Amino acid sequence: MHRSSEVKHLASDFNTRACECFGQPPVQPFESHCPVLTDRTVRVQLKVLKVKDGSVFFIRVKPDRTGVVTDGVKHSMNPFCEIAVEEAVKLKEKKLVKEVVAVSCGPQQVQETIRTALAMGADRGIHVEVSGKDYETLGPLQVSKIFAALAKKEQADLIILGKQAIDDDCNQTGQMTAALLDWPQGTFASEVTLEADKLKVVREIDGGLETIKINLPAVVTADLRLNTPRYATLPNIMKAKKKKITNVKPADLGVDVSSRLEVLKVDEPPQRQSGVKVETVHDLVEKLKEAGRI
Amino acid sequence: MTFYLLLLCRFSLGMVVGHGVRCLSQLAELPELHQMMRQTCRDYAQKELAPIAAQLDKDHRFPAKQVQELGAMGVMAVEVPESLGGAGMDYLAYCLAVEELSRGCASTGVIVSVNNSLYLGPILKFGTEEQKKQWITPFTTGEKVGCFALSEPGNGSDAGAASTLAQREGDEWVLNGTKAWITNCWDASATVVFATTDKSLKHKGISAFLVPMPHPGLSLGKKEDKLGIRASSTANIILEDCRIPLGNMLGERGMGFKIAMQTLDSGRLGIAAQALGIAQAALDCAADYAHKRTAFGAPIGKLQAIQFKLADMALATESARLLTWRAAMLRDAKKPFTKEAAMAKLAASEAATFVSHQAIQVLGGMGYVTDMPAERHYRDARITEIYEGTSEIQRLVIANNILKEYQQ
Repeated sequence: MHRSSEVKHLASDFNTRACECFGQPPVQPFESHCPVLTDRTVRVQLKVLKVKDGSVFFIRVKPDRTGVVTDGVKHSMNPFCEIAVEEAVKLKEKKLVKEVVAVSCGPQQVQETIRTALAMGADRGIHVEVSGKDYETLGPLQVSKIFAALAKKEQADLIILGKQAIDDDCNQTGQMTAALLDWPQGTFASEVTLEADKLKVVREIDGGLETIKINLPAVVTADLRLNTPRYATLPNIMKAKKKKITNVKPADLGVDVSSRLEVLKVDEPPQRQSGVKVETVHDLVEKLKEAGRI
Repeated sequence: MTFYLLLLCRFSLGMVVGHGVRCLSQLAELPELHQMMRQTCRDYAQKELAPIAAQLDKDHRFPAKQVQELGAMGVMAVEVPESLGGAGMDYLAYCLAVEELSRGCASTGVIVSVNNSLYLGPILKFGTEEQKKQWITPFTTGEKVGCFALSEPGNGSDAGAASTLAQREGDEWVLNGTKAWITNCWDASATVVFATTDKSLKHKGISAFLVPMPHPGLSLGKKEDKLGIRASSTANIILEDCRIPLGNMLGERGMGFKIAMQTLDSGRLGIAAQALGIAQAALDCAADYAHKRTAFGAPIGKLQAIQFKLADMALATESARLLTWRAAMLRDAKKPFTKEAAMAKLAASEAATFVSHQAIQVLGGMGYVTDMPAERHYRDARITEIYEGTSEIQRLVIANNILKEYQQ
């Protein structure tokens, strides 16, 4: 059975709401990426977010302003990645793909996230170990290099990722992965249909919906309305325990995870200033001219 | 009352054996499997049950859709082996599930608990292979739920004095009598009924029978208008020349009382879990309010009076939780667990009433109105001290076990 879309609240408007309510958006790309492969492989990316689920978001900037505090903040699977896992499992249930592999990059804790994907129906998992300083600076470019390497190694036919992580909102990993592999990409997918050897993807774009047909192998990034992720059933949670998770290091894949970016500083958004009330439209125009706005 | 005590002497198997390191470390941190399961149930309860709980309570409405969804997740038959359609997990997992679900909606918690412990439980333990296929498998999916008919208008705690009669007529049993306070009965498709074949044998004359619902000769009384857990139906079951095949007897003739007592031993852990869920929900409500409500220039959580209340509430809940987990783990290890189960149910139900009472106090006026869930938790909690063995009976069970341990 499926969850009702509470995901809506978490996903697309998360950053805006966080700014409004608490003035502190999570800035550091603190994610672990988890592509899922199948063979006919579907790769689904799972990410670990720093979202305290359900309750108040106490996100604070670190005193040295290099990032946000992550100690004690509960992490869970990126909502878009949940949607990606669900899509992969659905394809497998329709017998259109043979195997679904869930991948995540990060420290030991990401194994929990992989297990959740396994409980939803993925067949096996791959944990790419990245921890400490490397993990703090891990960004879309390094992750997409890892994914590209894994895709070649596992001979994946399809990579499905969440469109973006709700902590850094980069929206880059899927696109970069496709570029590195020179594969076609269907991003912001709200509908995915396998037609013979081609993939029909309906994309949610600013102007409306765009339908494209791309050849396999391909990269797809999942958007909010692609599906409603299922709750893991108890028997599947039990089966997940027996499914295999292999450990791999980025070096094994020939990937250098050092970052090309240096974070100069992280700040809270400025406190909202109070506005000025004016009586007439004339006054408004005068004030705007004074402030140099028009 | 004495009768009941003597029989319990027979069933409680003396000293409790110490348990291994594995069990103790589980008390400190649950195994990964159980953590995942608990999180899944918690997510479901928070997203699907908590938002509708108040309305379900107001409408006295059985959450049929949610019960079906829980069935699909395997939660309606946690301990039933996979071969019969269940989830094949252990009792600790079941207790965790009921607690998390009850945290969202106490009525849903009891519906799940009654189906698992009181209906599927005895059939799983005492049923023939044929009976298991017929009476268990269809009740694992959430499409159908079962109920447990032991209490009567004339006897609740005094279970041995059952007056519902079962007479053999040819190749049928004919049941006559009235059962009272039956949870789930208006929504159930089958029941385990306890009736006596020979009143002179007292408790030894009681046998257990499986009756489908609806069935000729079985009718339901009016739904009770209860203080709490209003989304779950409670009513009398009236049996008037209710005829069932001989094959519908569960276990051996005269085994009924033993089946009932053993079933309740396990069932009370399910209720302990439900009480924990209610207590936790009330604690959540009070702690959240303490952060937000300001008085005397600061959030009320800064006041020691409120802090002491929250501490006592958390202490009561956590203590009862550990007792419940321990009793469940003993049961899973097939060790004697009667005393621990009684302690767990007693502690958890008293914790639920205490915590929900204090939660209303923390909320002040807001605790008294339906805008906040505190009043519903207060009403829901009360029954946990009464059904599946009153607090008084639990004390007797515990005392009885202790005296036996010290007997020389």
